[in-house]
Amino acid sequence: MKKSVFLGALTVAGVAAGAAAAGTLDDVKARGTLNCGVTTGLVGFAAPDANGEWKGFDVAVCRAVAAAVLGDASAVEFVPTTGKTRFTALASGEIDMLARNTTWTFSRDVDLKFEFVGINYYDGQGFMVPKELGVSSAKDLDGATVCIQTGTTTELNLADFFRANNISYEPVPIETNAEGNQQYLAGACDTYTTDASGLAASRATYENPGDHVILPEIISKEPLGPLVRHGDNEWADVVRWTLNALIAAEELGVTSANVADLSSAAGDNPEVNRLLGTEDTLGEMLGLDADWASKAITAVGNYGEIFEGNIGESTPIGLARGLNAQWTEGGLLYTPPFR
Amino acid sequence: MSDSQTNSVAFVRTDPIPPAAPPFTTSGPVKWAKDNLFSTPAYTLLTVAALYVIYLILSNTLPWIFNGVWNTSSLAECREVLQGVSGGCFSVLTERWNQLIFGFKYPVEEYWRPSMAFLLLFVAAAPVLFYKLPRQLLIITGLFPFVAFWLIWGGTILAPLIALAGFIAGYLVYTRLVTFSFAAGFFGGIAAAFVVWIVGGELIPEGASENAWLAPVASRDLGGFMLNMMLGVTCVSLSLPIGIALALGRQSDMPLIKWICVVFIEFIRGVPLITLLFVASVMLAYFFPPESSTDLFVRVVIMITMFSSAYIAEVIRGGLAALPRGQYEAADSLGLDYAQAMRLIILPQALKISIPGIVNIAVGLFKDTTLVSVISMFDILGMIRGPILAATEWNGVYWELLGFAALLFFVVCYGISQYSQWLERQLATDHR
Repeated sequence: MKKSVFLGALTVAGVAAGAAAAGTLDDVKARGTLNCGVTTGLVGFAAPDANGEWKGFDVAVCRAVAAAVLGDASAVEFVPTTGKTRFTALASGEIDMLARNTTWTFSRDVDLKFEFVGINYYDGQGFMVPKELGVSSAKDLDGATVCIQTGTTTELNLADFFRANNISYEPVPIETNAEGNQQYLAGACDTYTTDASGLAASRATYENPGDHVILPEIISKEPLGPLVRHGDNEWADVVRWTLNALIAAEELGVTSANVADLSSAAGDNPEVNRLLGTEDTLGEMLGLDADWASKAITAVGNYGEIFEGNIGESTPIGLARGLNAQWTEGGLLYTPPFR
Repeated sequence: MSDSQTNSVAFVRTDPIPPAAPPFTTSGPVKWAKDNLFSTPAYTLLTVAALYVIYLILSNTLPWIFNGVWNTSSLAECREVLQGVSGGCFSVLTERWNQLIFGFKYPVEEYWRPSMAFLLLFVAAAPVLFYKLPRQLLIITGLFPFVAFWLIWGGTILAPLIALAGFIAGYLVYTRLVTFSFAAGFFGGIAAAFVVWIVGGELIPEGASENAWLAPVASRDLGGFMLNMMLGVTCVSLSLPIGIALALGRQSDMPLIKWICVVFIEFIRGVPLITLLFVASVMLAYFFPPESSTDLFVRVVIMITMFSSAYIAEVIRGGLAALPRGQYEAADSLGLDYAQAMRLIILPQALKISIPGIVNIAVGLFKDTTLVSVISMFDILGMIRGPILAATEWNGVYWELLGFAALLFFVVCYGISQYSQWLERQLATDHR
């Protein structure tokens, strides 16, 4: 009897969870806040500042979606997740979207049943070594001890790279980036490998950044992007096109400074007009207000502004745009047209 | 005879020689050093080597501590001030002090609430820890959980009041019914408490928390050392009674109770704490609908309490097993029933024997509360490893932050262990 009650409760819970997952957009609107999964702390990408305010490159995506859907960039409940809890948090419905420097891979997309809605940062795995080691190429690292974060794609890439080049290595497993830096600086490993953006960010904080070099080999493709659950295409569209709107805004020259002007009345660039909702009904098709993109851009700026403000060359992290430049400037950012 | 003898001696001393201080080399610190540090060549060598190691450690740490910088706003600034001189960047502690203690989301203007709860904790713990204090003070201890809950989480005062009313109702029903039989009192008390909670819960008006005296704070906004203290205090105080019940249950003659206790203890002891925490944070979320899930803090408290009560049960079972059979028989021959025998004769002795083991578990449990950082709760270690080290200003400050956390834990754990040694001396009534 007790068992059947328990099973019954489980079924009800399951049905309720299924029902809730059907319309994330309506759920978010009804709740009035967006539950957005972020990392527990990664320099430049997501971290709370001294006042407890979340800041960073990934955080900006959450805020943009909240601004587009709810009209308020602060209506975000940030749910910090670790590398191990991020996917269950998304799958169980605890969060509506995950913006946590997560690499888009086949198995995560297909097997884990997630929907990557785009790429907000093109990264790749690199190696950092002390200059005094005298290594100039990752292929010279035969027999090296390598600090590597467990449970990430970097671990698998590393194994692939060394096997393909027929050289050996000894992994030193670490849990977080902070621990990795500490172990590397303490000399527990010859080289530290993680995404090149992370290496650059870490190196900038060292006492003598000049003593360390990042090797030229980039051994993997790490397209990082926000993701949502499978099976809710309306919600995936909202997140996808909010990200696209930020990228398109940079391409079209819409910034947080001039967006108010441009969206007050239809201008002479029809694509800008469609983006900002002064022409056509793109917002309505998404189930949002006409000025959804305008609100997102007002709140966080366009992609270029977000990049420069959080991880760009003016910040201590000092990342160059590289692959993350607009396609018109030799990068890979290329958003489908707003039409 | 005596005359000739006295006359044959030229000089006789009539007063005793005044006592002289022992020679310099056989007294005081020199003697101590000679006996203890330089008694043989091998010891001398060891002493010199040890002194050298101590010198090495101090010569590196002392300048680092005394040159420390306390008032910069980023690591880069701090390094500029130091100009390459060895010194700690303690400014991270002053700048992020509130985050280290309260977490990064607890509202700043409400910091006085957990601080007040912390101070009250000492008042409430005193009558439990020091049995010579007047027993009436235990009323404060009994009220403390409800006051502390209200202070830390805020919201409507009705919630803790109804919780308290439920306990009181349960107790009253228990005392009324226990005269018939213990089981009637026990289950009757539980039923009465639940009736009060359910009825009371319905009575709380919708939205009562919104304009309460104390603004409500969500569980996920708790953090820092406050979270460690809350988890540690809650779980230790809950797991002690549960552990006693489990230990007694395991010795019970009733097979059902005995086997439930055995299975529970053996299962929990066979699973690592970190697994239980993952179950609490990840698996349970699958079983609840997204909106109605139990609070993460409660889930974690349940898991840690289960874990440590299983260990405490085994420690207390050791204490029970150490008692001579005669003690049980003495209790029986006095005509005491089971509850009286346990309360008056068996448990006081068994618990006294178990003190070192229980303290061991308590200290371990308190340190284990830092494991919650792996399920992305921001306890002090989670704050350090996550937000603070990920801030562009402070990325790269390790020793200062982790040393500070270690210091806090050391103070608390050393305090617990000193208290337990004092308690053992106070209770030393046996003849050894």
